[in-house]
Amino acid sequence: MREARRTVRYTEYHPRWYRPQVSTWWWVTRWPYLKFILREISSVFVAWFVVVLLLQIRALSRGPEAYAAFELWLQNPLIVLLNLIALFFVVFHAITWFNLAPRAMAIRLRGRRVPDLWIVGTNYVSWAAISLVVVWLLVRS
Amino acid sequence: MAKQSNEAFLWVLFSAGGVVAAFVIPVQLFLVGLAFPLGWIPAPRYEYLLALVRLPLTRLYLFVLCFLALFHWAHRFRYTLYDGLQIKHLNELIFVCCYGGAVFGTVLAGNLLWNFR
Repeated sequence: MREARRTVRYTEYHPRWYRPQVSTWWWVTRWPYLKFILREISSVFVAWFVVVLLLQIRALSRGPEAYAAFELWLQNPLIVLLNLIALFFVVFHAITWFNLAPRAMAIRLRGRRVPDLWIVGTNYVSWAAISLVVVWLLVRS
Repeated sequence: MAKQSNEAFLWVLFSAGGVVAAFVIPVQLFLVGLAFPLGWIPAPRYEYLLALVRLPLTRLYLFVLCFLALFHWAHRFRYTLYDGLQIKHLNELIFVCCYGGAVFGTVLAGNLLWNFR
């Protein structure tokens, strides 16, 4: 590709491309666009969750005092607010992800395509089951 | 061609991370970030959590969760910056920052969990 570019000589006064200017804020004007960008931004809160998780593991490994300090930090109103916003985004991610699942993978059983509703339904049922297991693991002590 | 196969690999990581994130992050974030600190549900005791994380299976789970979630973020955030903010001309810088961040976080998680006592 690069070789070709070097050898080809372009006409000097070629016509300008037609490139309409698109604003940086193109995605705020319509709900489907906004939804798309919100869905993409959810990834930032996925990363934020990993940060909190790593801080928790580090505090755990450093002893009871460090862990108490971590728990106190979690009670900071700003962190609570941030976690609330993060929860909204990760739930948004989960819902959009599950709803797209049938389009990402078409499963066939005995030559017939499994209905979308089944795939979405299986995802939501699994989500509920996994959530219950996590609750059971963390709440029973 | 090499770039394309790379892209497919990164997409698989993104996709796997998306599945893991969708299934387990909402409940974990709800408990750790809201329900426990606000006292809606009594928080697990330190000794219990310590014993739980000491289990090799828990640590493996936590490592995979961090690894995949970070690569999910890296891939998606990279395209958010490309398309959302139209800064595709900073292509290389964004690429290095996103995947570099994910690699850094994964190494950090691996180190923390491997040396967990």
